[in-house]
This record gives sequence, structure tokens and C-alpha cells, in this order.
Amino acid sequence: MTATLTTAPETTPSGGAARTRRPARAGRLGRASGLGLGVAMLWFSLLVLLPLTAVVVTASEAGWSGFWRTLTNEQTAAAIRLTVGCAILVTLVNIVMGTLIAWVLVRDHFIGKRVLEVLIDIPFALPTIVAGLVLLSLYGPDSPFGVNVANTRPAVFLAFLFVTLPFVVRTVQPVLEELDPEVEEAAASLGASRFTVFRRIVLPSLTPAIAAGAALSFARGVSEYGSLVLLSGNLPFRTEVTSVRILSSIENDNLPGAAVVATVLLVISLAVIVALDLVQRRIARRG
Amino acid sequence: MADHRTHRRRRGPATYVFRLIVVAYLFLLVAWPVSLVAQNALEGGFGNIQAILEDPDVAHALRLTAVVALVSVAINTVFGVGISLLLVRYEFPGKRALSALVDLPLSVSPVVVGLSLVLVYGGRDGWIGPTLEDLGLRVIFSTPGIIMATVFVALPLVIREVVPVLEEVGTEQEQAAASLGAGPLQTFRRITLPSIRWALVYGVVLTLARSLGEFGAVKVVSGNVLGETRTATLVVEEKYLNFDRPGAYATAFLLALVSVACIVIVSIIRPKERRT
Repeated sequence: MTATLTTAPETTPSGGAARTRRPARAGRLGRASGLGLGVAMLWFSLLVLLPLTAVVVTASEAGWSGFWRTLTNEQTAAAIRLTVGCAILVTLVNIVMGTLIAWVLVRDHFIGKRVLEVLIDIPFALPTIVAGLVLLSLYGPDSPFGVNVANTRPAVFLAFLFVTLPFVVRTVQPVLEELDPEVEEAAASLGASRFTVFRRIVLPSLTPAIAAGAALSFARGVSEYGSLVLLSGNLPFRTEVTSVRILSSIENDNLPGAAVVATVLLVISLAVIVALDLVQRRIARRG
Repeated sequence: MADHRTHRRRRGPATYVFRLIVVAYLFLLVAWPVSLVAQNALEGGFGNIQAILEDPDVAHALRLTAVVALVSVAINTVFGVGISLLLVRYEFPGKRALSALVDLPLSVSPVVVGLSLVLVYGGRDGWIGPTLEDLGLRVIFSTPGIIMATVFVALPLVIREVVPVLEEVGTEQEQAAASLGAGPLQTFRRITLPSIRWALVYGVVLTLARSLGEFGAVKVVSGNVLGETRTATLVVEEKYLNFDRPGAYATAFLLALVSVACIVIVSIIRPKERRT
């Protein structure tokens, strides 16, 4: 264990050196790789690009007024407000708790830390419908300590909190691992308090990672569906989220209406992807 | 070096407060609820689990889920490694757009994924669905649709693991192998594949967990026909809503068991290949 830890810093400079040489080694497409790219793009287009385009095109067929009428439908507007509001709230909680969890996982040492690492990943791997059932067993009608949030708005919040748990932790953790504690020690020895050290030294280097994690967590929250099915009761105007609204449009054979609402979610996803790309480029420039 | 660091750091009360908050938060949000599902499923021994395994419809759903997951893992592994190699090793127009777009499935709602596939491959009024149906290929409300939806949602997982490792290992060894007369296939098999092996295993395990558990997208495209296109996650919903709580908990427990096993395997693999 100690051996792997002591060799770890040596791998970083060589990795860094390889990265600076990168522009020279990216090759041009040959015959085989060109064919590979063609096949990959065809598959990607058939699977992802064409279907997502179909959503936007179908939505636009409703025309601007139809588009607007669907979105301003009271029930749909309430669902979008609830989803976005809850996702913002959960993202704020994740920014604080995710950073704190990453901090404890990297800087603190105690027995059972490996167990926490596994717990962080569980929401990512657990089927969403099972996640809903899991939360229902502790915070539902059979709760061992009498907290029943089933079919209420806090249930939506709770479900979002569960499924978005890993994102901020997993983006902040590697950055925190790479930070050199000597800079913090220097600041501390010059009389900075622990809070000042965190705010002036640690936080600025973590900000891009926190932003990336927050963006992912927001996107995941907005698009969540499976964990809510059993937990929130999907009551119109109260606990119905956007994805549930889209599904009920599909089930009522109102595909154009579903496509309009789906387009709103797609725009949010795209905005998050663009933001992530920008943040990652900024990290790469710095690194 | 790490040991010195921990000895030198003073452990104020804040350290213990933070530790306590984090442990309590994770216990209340993840550990306790997950263990309750196991407890509910195993209430009265393995009877509940045996009962659902003997139910032919549930057994069919579990088989369908396994087949769909294996096929999607195979597709996403081949496609993921291919795209990763193209993104890291080659220059081509639209590379940056492709690199950003492959992340898109991570943030698209599963319901939107399902809807988008229905709009294109729907048998009645999809864009190309009716043509395919005339050729005898039914996509929506059938297994190919379920597979497509599953592949879609799990698409970025292999790529996100393999790309950083490919960037870090560089091309020197590959060039050396090529200059010594190795063909592209031999270079890939003997040099590239071993160096990305663990990242690939990690990506595959995550893909498997995600594929077994997909719910929203599958619900839209499958039609949820009992004994035909109903997958394991759909069984959990159906059983719970029909007040068959033991059946729902038992099926959920089986799914959770596999995904938690995936995560534990990953956490055992990970420290060996600690990426910085």
C-alpha cells in the first residue's frame, strides 16, 4: 500500500509530459480508421442523433403557438417548475455535501472508509426503480421511525438527492487528491486560519470540478424518472415531474405534446453538456 | 510520504464533526434504506425469492433482462473502445462535437430516450419504423427496441473510462511495436488492450449495472407485455403497484444484489490502477 502511494507522484510528471506531446501524435485517418469512424458515426446517428432530432422536429411541427400552448398548460408548467426547482435545490445541497464528502474521503483516515466509497457509488449502479423502493422502505408508510414522505413534495427532493449523490463527490475527489497540501501548510504557518486556507487556497482549485459535478447533478435531477414512480405518487400539480408528464402524454398517444416537453428537457441537457465541455477545457488548459 | 502527512496534520474537532456528518448522511440516505430492502426481501427466509424464481413470467423477465444487458454490454464495449481510440488517436473534422455529444445520453431523461426511439422506429408512424416493419423487422414493442434503449442510456460509460487512460499511456509503445513490424491488429491486442484493460473492465462493469437496471426508456419502447417484453425492472413496478410487496422486494433485491456486486468488484479493482 505504502509502495503504491510513494510511486504515485512519479507517474504524474510522465503523464503530464505525454500530454504536452499530444498535438504531435494525433494521427490522420487511414483507410481502416476512416472506415471505423464511418461505422461508428452511422451507429451513433441511428441510435442517438436521428432519434433526438426527431423529437425536436416533431415538436416544431406544432408551430410556435402550439409549442407555447403545450408548455403553458397549467399542469405541464407546474411539473416543469417543480422539477427545475427541486433540481436546483438538490444541486445546492450536493455542492455543499458532495464537497464535504470528497474532503473527508481524501483527507481523513479512519476504519471503514472503503465502505463509504462503495456507498457513494450505489445510487449510480442501483436500478432507479429499486432506488425508489429503497427510499420507500425507510421514508414510506412502513418507516421504522414514522417519517412518511410518500406522495409528497419532499419525496421528490429525497429521490433527486439519492440519485445525484455521486456526481459532485466523484468529480471533486480526484482534483482534491492532486492538490499539494504543502501550499496549505505554508498558508497556515503564515497565520491563516483553517477557514481562510480553505476559502483562499483549496476552494479556487476545486471550483471547476464542483461546477462540473453540479451541472451533472442538475441534469440528472431534471431528467429523473424511475425512482419517483413508486415514491412520489405522481399527483398532478403536486408531485408530478416533467418526465412523468411526458410519459403520460405518450401513453395518451399525444406524441407531439410529449415531444414539445421533451424538447425543453433536451435543451437543458444540451446546455449542461456545453457547460461541461467549457469547464473541462478550462481544467485541461490549467493542468 | 502519505504517512508523514497524516501525522503532521493537526486533527481539530472539525475533522471529527465532518466525519460524523458524512457518515450520518450516507447512512440515512444510502446504507440504511438499502439494507432495509434486503431485510424485507429475506423476511421469512428465501421463500419470497424462490417464489418469484418459480413464477414463469418473472423468470422470463429475468432472462430477457440478462440477454438485453449482455447484448448491450457487447455493443457498447466494441463501440466504446472504437470511439475512444478515434477520439484520442486521430484528428478529424467534428471531433470536438462528437466528444461532447457522446456524453449526451448521461443527461437525457430516460423517458425522452424512449420517446425519441418511438418517433423514429415506431411501427405505425415512425420515421423509418414502417419501412423496417415491411422488411420484417419490428423494433418498438420488441426486443431490438429494448436493446437500443439500453445501449443508448449506457453509451458513454466505457468511453469515459477508457479515454483518459488512452491519453495518459501515450503512443510510444504502439509506435515501437509498429516499427518492429507488428500489424495494427497485433499492436492493438498486445500493446493497447493490456494498457487499457482495467479501465475497460471498470467501464464494462458500470455498463452492465446500468443495463440491468434501465427502467424509463425500456418502459416506453417495450410495451410492457407480460411474458414477452416485460423486463425485471418493470416487474418490480408492476408487482408493487399490484400490492404484491414480497414479490416486488424479492425482485428488487435480486437486481440490487447484482448492481452492488458490480460496485464492490469495481472498488476492489480500482486501487490497483489508481488514476491520478
